[in-house]
Amino acid sequence: MSEILAGEPKGHIEVRNFSLSYDSIEGPVQAVTDTQIHVQPGEFVSIVGPSGCGKSTLLNAVAGFLKPTTGVVTVDGERVNGPSAERGMVFQQYSLFPWKTVRENVEFGLKMRGMARSQRERAARTLLGLAGLEAFEKHYPEKLSGGMKQRVGIVRALATGPKVLLLDEPFGALDAQTRVIMQQILTNMWQRLKISVLFVTHDIDEAIFLSDRVYCMTARPGSIKAEIPIPLERPRQQSMMMSSEFLALRRGLMSLIREESLKAMGGEISDMGMQGLNIELHGHSLADVI
Amino acid sequence: MSSPALARHPEDNNVPAAIAEAGPVPAVTPPVAPPTFGTIALRWYRLNQGRLRATAVGIISLLAFLLVWHLLTTYRVVFFVRFTNVPSPLAVYASFTKAIHDPKFLMHVVLSCRRIFIGFSLAAIVGVPLGLVMGRFKLVHEIVFPVAEVLRPIPAIAWVPMAIMLWPTNEQSIVFITFLGSFFPILVNTLHGMSLVDPVLVRAAQCLGARERSIFREVYFPASLPHIFTGLTVGMGVAWVSLIAAEMISGQYGIGYFTWEAYSLVQYADIALGMIAIGVLGLGSSVLIRGAGHLVMPWRSTR
Ligand SMILES: Nc1ncnc2c1ncn2[C@@H]1O[C@H](COP(=O)(O)OP(=O)(O)OP(=O)(O)O)[C@@H](O)[C@H]1O
Ligand SMILES: [Mg+2]
Repeated sequence: MSEILAGEPKGHIEVRNFSLSYDSIEGPVQAVTDTQIHVQPGEFVSIVGPSGCGKSTLLNAVAGFLKPTTGVVTVDGERVNGPSAERGMVFQQYSLFPWKTVRENVEFGLKMRGMARSQRERAARTLLGLAGLEAFEKHYPEKLSGGMKQRVGIVRALATGPKVLLLDEPFGALDAQTRVIMQQILTNMWQRLKISVLFVTHDIDEAIFLSDRVYCMTARPGSIKAEIPIPLERPRQQSMMMSSEFLALRRGLMSLIREESLKAMGGEISDMGMQGLNIELHGHSLADVI
Repeated sequence: MSSPALARHPEDNNVPAAIAEAGPVPAVTPPVAPPTFGTIALRWYRLNQGRLRATAVGIISLLAFLLVWHLLTTYRVVFFVRFTNVPSPLAVYASFTKAIHDPKFLMHVVLSCRRIFIGFSLAAIVGVPLGLVMGRFKLVHEIVFPVAEVLRPIPAIAWVPMAIMLWPTNEQSIVFITFLGSFFPILVNTLHGMSLVDPVLVRAAQCLGARERSIFREVYFPASLPHIFTGLTVGMGVAWVSLIAAEMISGQYGIGYFTWEAYSLVQYADIALGMIAIGVLGLGSSVLIRGAGHLVMPWRSTR
């Protein structure tokens, strides 16, 4: 078993020439266009971008819930054409099964795989212990706090040993302190399992703090505006968020996103006669700050 | 939903253990203090204070109802409605003590319960799976729904003549009417429950490796259970309504027939007795269903 831990990192995600449009009454809605991203085995990559730019769309396509209109998504060279336990997913809305106890939720993937009851019970207990949730194994999700629910969600997604973990704004609904703890737990598990992580967030600090690399998307139709490597060394501490290096990265990403957010709201802003604001913000660019 | 990507990866079987070896993750666990008996009793009282009060008020209200009934009948009040011939609570109690030693009365009760049991069970056995399948497969929905919508507004009592033509025995036609009464509420509520299943939960199950059948069993069914039980509760009520109507029109036995017969035989106390028996039986059966609901859905009763 330890050879799996020591083994090669897994989960090489590749998204090539990707575009996706939704059908609607007013005709097709181009959500994502001409997008290339990749995640190396064992890498932690975040996607940030203005609201509605297609982050969730992209992630759902990697998960296999959506079919690309053009282009391909592959994981370890295999084309993705449906959801699978190989690609674990954590949702913003927690999405625990309310009718299952915490332990039964964690066991679910193993049950689907046909693992014997006693075996999967033991596995689930161990996993819950690692996440500090053993006292809650018999609780129903409704009684848990948001942070606990999301810990269960992460543990549940990891229980089947996926190659890739996909997270869509998993900590969006949590308070700041809980969020920090969750970030540590996630980093910890990621480093130990050596799987690749694709993480969608709108929190720039979170993206920088967690990631090896950050993709910034343009306003809809979304595509990759910039790819920013995060050279901060690991293990990362909270205190790093005050370092000049961190702040520089933050400033750069911030201006990129603000530019796109303004573009996304472009119509409304010029209607309100606020072009001045627009121009001022265009002055910044990532090159200036880094 | 089947795709090569869903295929199992036997080499992954060890991974949970691999995580297990990785050592603990920083996390917070709440301290647990062992409670004593006294604190438990006190806590129970505090948690159930509202319920105790409701019970007390309920009992007082029932007693008040009996008192008003008693006064209205002893003074034979005539004020728009006439209480001249209405039996008093004591008269009804007297006929109740007589009836419980009367095998004929008991037979009426048992027969009605049997009809309810068979009719209602059949409705649940057919209605719930049909609703689940209709909710999951569009084509089945498209085929069944129009027919159901046309038949649904027809009250079960209106089926009496047709039922008598359809079924060889009276007993079967009464059970059929009971079945019809409870069938539609069960079907409609099951369908409603299916339409409200959170698609995110379905997705969560899919990316944990669940296939169509497991998703049905592990997600759609439990997610619809609260609405299924609403349907069963409503269905049980309508089943009694339909049964009593059918028994009054075409029956020879049953508590509905007993009540009607009492009127024909001018045994006024028995009319009230029959009515109260119907009320108690209806209440008892819905309590049973609620109890079953708590058993089947423990995640909801811990609220
Ligand atoms: N089913 C759908 N039909 C039509 N349009 C859709 C559908 N789902 C999403 N869209 C549109 O596609 C765009 C991208 O949506 P998506 O949910 O991927 O954005 P997002 O970046 O995740 O946004 P947010 O930050 O608000 O979560 C949005 O403008 C949205 O309105
Ligand atoms: Mg989103």
